[in-house]
Amino acid sequence: MIQAIVFLPLIGALLAGLIAIFGAHARNPSGDTVDHHDLAHGHDTASHGTTPVNADAAVIHASHDEPMAHDDHGHDDHHAVEPPAVGSRAAELITTCLLITSAVLSWITFVDVGFMHHDARIALFPWITSGDLQVAWSLRVDTLTAVMLVVVTTVSSLVHFYSIGYMDEDPNRPRFFGYLSLFTFAMLMLVTADNLVQLFFGWEGVGLASYLLIGFWYQKPSANAAAIKAFVVNRVGDFGFALGIFAVFALIGSTDFETIFAGAPGVVGKTIDFFGWQVDALTFTCLLLFMGAMGKSAQFLLHTWLPDAMEGPTPVSALIHAATMVTAGVFMVARLSPLFELSPTAQAVVMFFGATTAFFAATIGLVQNDIKRIVAYSTCSQLGYMFVAMGAGAYSVGMFHLFTHAFFKALLFLGSGSVIYAMHHEQDIRNMGGLWRKIPYTFTVMCIGTLALTGFPLFAGYFSKDAIIESAYASHNPFSTYAYLLTIAAAGLTSFYSWRLIFKTFFGEPHDRKHYEAAHESPIWMLIPIGILAVGSIAAGYPFKELFVGPGAEGFFRESLKMNPHIFEDMEQMPNLLGYLPFVMMALGLGVSYLFYIRRPYLPEALARSQPGLYQFLLNKWYFDELYDLIFVRPAKWIGRFLWKFGDGYVIDGFGPDGVSAWVLDVTRNVVRLQTGYLYHYAFAMLIGVAGLITWFMFGVGGQ
Amino acid sequence: MTTWPILSVVTFLPLVGALLVYILPGDDDATRRNARWIALWTTLITFAVSVILVLRFDPSNPDFQFVERSPWLASAITYHMGVDGISLPFVILTTALMPFCIVASWKSVTMRVREYMMAFLVLETLMVGTFSSLDLVLFYLFFEGGLIPMFLIIGIWGGPRRVYASFKFFLYTFLGSVLMLLAIMALYWNAATTDIPTLMHTAVPRSLQTWAWLAFFASFAVKMPMWPVHTWLPDAHVEAPTAASVILAAIMLKMGGYGFLRFSLPMFPLASHDFAPLIFSLSTIAIIYTSLVALMQEDMKKLIAYSSVAHMGFVTMGIFAGTMQGVAGGVFQMISHGIVSGALFLCVGIVYDRMHTREIAAYGGLVNRMPLYALVFMVFTMANVGLPGTSGFIGEFMTLLGTFKVSLPTAFFATTGVILSAAYALWLYRKVVFGALVNPSLATIKDLTFRECLLLVPLVALTILFGVYPKPVLDMSAASVQQLVANYSHALTTQAAALVQ
Repeated sequence: MIQAIVFLPLIGALLAGLIAIFGAHARNPSGDTVDHHDLAHGHDTASHGTTPVNADAAVIHASHDEPMAHDDHGHDDHHAVEPPAVGSRAAELITTCLLITSAVLSWITFVDVGFMHHDARIALFPWITSGDLQVAWSLRVDTLTAVMLVVVTTVSSLVHFYSIGYMDEDPNRPRFFGYLSLFTFAMLMLVTADNLVQLFFGWEGVGLASYLLIGFWYQKPSANAAAIKAFVVNRVGDFGFALGIFAVFALIGSTDFETIFAGAPGVVGKTIDFFGWQVDALTFTCLLLFMGAMGKSAQFLLHTWLPDAMEGPTPVSALIHAATMVTAGVFMVARLSPLFELSPTAQAVVMFFGATTAFFAATIGLVQNDIKRIVAYSTCSQLGYMFVAMGAGAYSVGMFHLFTHAFFKALLFLGSGSVIYAMHHEQDIRNMGGLWRKIPYTFTVMCIGTLALTGFPLFAGYFSKDAIIESAYASHNPFSTYAYLLTIAAAGLTSFYSWRLIFKTFFGEPHDRKHYEAAHESPIWMLIPIGILAVGSIAAGYPFKELFVGPGAEGFFRESLKMNPHIFEDMEQMPNLLGYLPFVMMALGLGVSYLFYIRRPYLPEALARSQPGLYQFLLNKWYFDELYDLIFVRPAKWIGRFLWKFGDGYVIDGFGPDGVSAWVLDVTRNVVRLQTGYLYHYAFAMLIGVAGLITWFMFGVGGQ
Repeated sequence: MTTWPILSVVTFLPLVGALLVYILPGDDDATRRNARWIALWTTLITFAVSVILVLRFDPSNPDFQFVERSPWLASAITYHMGVDGISLPFVILTTALMPFCIVASWKSVTMRVREYMMAFLVLETLMVGTFSSLDLVLFYLFFEGGLIPMFLIIGIWGGPRRVYASFKFFLYTFLGSVLMLLAIMALYWNAATTDIPTLMHTAVPRSLQTWAWLAFFASFAVKMPMWPVHTWLPDAHVEAPTAASVILAAIMLKMGGYGFLRFSLPMFPLASHDFAPLIFSLSTIAIIYTSLVALMQEDMKKLIAYSSVAHMGFVTMGIFAGTMQGVAGGVFQMISHGIVSGALFLCVGIVYDRMHTREIAAYGGLVNRMPLYALVFMVFTMANVGLPGTSGFIGEFMTLLGTFKVSLPTAFFATTGVILSAAYALWLYRKVVFGALVNPSLATIKDLTFRECLLLVPLVALTILFGVYPKPVLDMSAASVQQLVANYSHALTTQAAALVQ
């Protein structure tokens, strides 16, 4: 069954990929046709029908329009010129059905593993075997994996379903669905990994799929740039992850989780020499691994790729950049909880970065105007919350937030997609307004998502987020107070910017009459998934609370997590009054937002004008992109050019071959023809050498 | 075990093919066609025979197999051939890639076809000979002889700056080969034999080890190529015709790595150990330096050439780490790079044949017209980046893993290569394949032909197969690598102890 869950999406991806490539190939004649019809090109085109000509026109047209047209989905006319690939519907249905099957099986597995305790470890076949390095392809299912399985397959199947509607006018749908399924497969390999290397395979696999999906509209330069940025920034994290794997292997001699966890206590207290600096081996390893998590989960300093990744189609944002891939870092830390529990320093760092991100991303979210970017920064911030729980040793609580967040954040993204679809791919909330009358269904589900995100009582986020804030307070982490204060503050900010999004989008006067008039509810393909997610955003909270938070978590997760043993007791002892603080902050955020955007709409502008420095600072995302450009990108290019022109060209060649050649040319300029001269020199020298050698052997020392 | 000299057959079959091409009369279209077909069939048959080698090879035996030995020039120099788990993968790589090179030149070479095919067939003999000779003099002949056809190919069928390129190549290799010749004499003087297996088990005095190591190093480092003697490679690649680039990147560079494995490590263990820090430094410099340089290239072939230098940095680093994973990873990385870089040069050749430029800026938006090409190029780009699931990952991962234990700083700096390789490879892909079709001359560019698919599809399959299931290659070399590593560490302890006394 596990094999089916993991490999059905792969089969879907391959089938959709085949359909895509055959379709694309059929529309673009191969060189073979040229070979046969060299002279009759005009005839050739005619015999192929009008398709190539049309496609041609579409491409040229698109290339001129693209920089200006900020289209988000294939709704636009110039896409429609190109006919959809044959078999689009087949590709959609195959991938979606396989994913739904996989999701159903995942829920069965969830019950089977979580409640019946039928953990499984299935060895498939060996991968890398060399000396004491033994890595095998295998599937591991325990409760932690089972939770991830249901999150990944459920959200993914809903996103597949939704995309049938959302992408209905894109000519490249088979490719899109192939990528989606490929992504899901990689993510499933990641969560079912039984060793670090397979985890890394899934890790980079989702990176590849996200690169392909962000750059899905490859004619858009901004999409290409965002795709590369996502891949490269993630690779910065992977640099740490890879070193972490090497360190684990050097210390424990294996990459299998069981062996690592068994051997980890023996490593406590050991040190490792890092550039002459004796560092604690386990802390060092955990921090390297956490660097990978920071990249994938877009934590402070490595967060810059996530907002840009919004260039991809909206369903992608929901699947990858909200519900699944970005949570891989959280999952990794949870999976390696037996390591992190042994290193309080590493936990302190995790909590510090989590809390910082939670607050920092929320501040940027306050002033953004692109509907998807607001949700993206919110994702960044919520991932920070999860890491706070990880740092506190309350891994199950972090996983709880991951679980609930998957539903309401996917809902918010897909809901935003529905708004964007309704508004004819307008993404700027300043141009929206009053939409609740036009798209009441979308409005309702967006409100449910927002209530869940802001932690309104009884909605899913309320249970998980409050538990995280409590765990931060209760933990004995050196950053515990810091994390508590920042997460409380971030809760208020979250409430403010979430409601700002709702108020500016759905209330007030329409700012763009034309789009407003044309706005319409999305097709049923899109409404069903967001309806299901809205139910999930309510139902994922209370019924699951006992499994993730409190003493019940021990029995549910068993060996799959190594919790801080006292965290739940300590959480119980939190003063009641402090327990209400998150709610107060949420209400405050809602109140201020209401005041700013409904009652006194001139206030925000006045505030921005009175604090221009702060406003610009936030609007420009703390200037991280500019900073990185200044300290990494430009120097790398400059050094690259310098090494090429000066290092290779001037120094090495100048003193090496060019210098010598100038000298040799001087000597032999008039003697040999250039074309062949040096070859003969070489052959001659070699022959002389061999002849000398043989002579020496025959008549000299060798010929006894 | 074998009743017929199978290794000699594999080695010299291409030479027979070259003779057949040579005796073809005339110089018309029919002759050219015949020359192509003879070359193709020769390489295919050679490959088929080399498959017998694999089938009969006993991977659990770390020693040389298929050994042939007969007296030759003088009493000390014998015709001695044989392969072990380290050399067999390279023999197969050579015989397997040759048919691709012939097919790749099918249409693009129209001038002096007969001579071209002969040069390639002779080259194949010399390359297979390099990997399977077990006598120093024999090795030297094959090793250095291989350069002559390569010179001819670049010099005659190359691009506009071919003279400069081959001259540069000549200067670099010349110095190395002279020094290596001296070292071969010194080794003979020490052990009274040029037999490689005997020499591998002969302790060499420390001072001689140092000098001989340096002399061999001079030759192999140029071949690899290692920083700072790498500057001939980008020029040679740019000027070489596609198939020559494939051979150069896929096989000739590997002769350097093979040399380190066959000579430096087993014969001069103490010197290898002493110089390991030097190799580590040069390797990490190569990885970072050439990756940064690759980032700024404007010519597709140059970019891939620089990335080759970076990838070879992982190989030298892994080999001199002297650990099981490092050495096995080095072997694997060479095989994988042979497939991937060869395929990347084929990919460049395919668009070059259509547009006659390698300028990155001249392209853009190829995916709109060449979806199949885009897919294939993506697979090899990702393999070049070292994405898990492709063969490129296994080698990089194993060499880094093997080095980490020995030298953390080396592994640390070398791992930055994973960031830089992603940057330059994806940048290239974006500029060439993605984007809108802006250049009007690209509007009618055609997708892969059947012949081109025939070239690339097997390489795609191998890249992914070895990424997911590298066992066939790893197992083939495991026993020999194990023995090499064991002998190396044994020599370090005992020889060092003996020298102290």
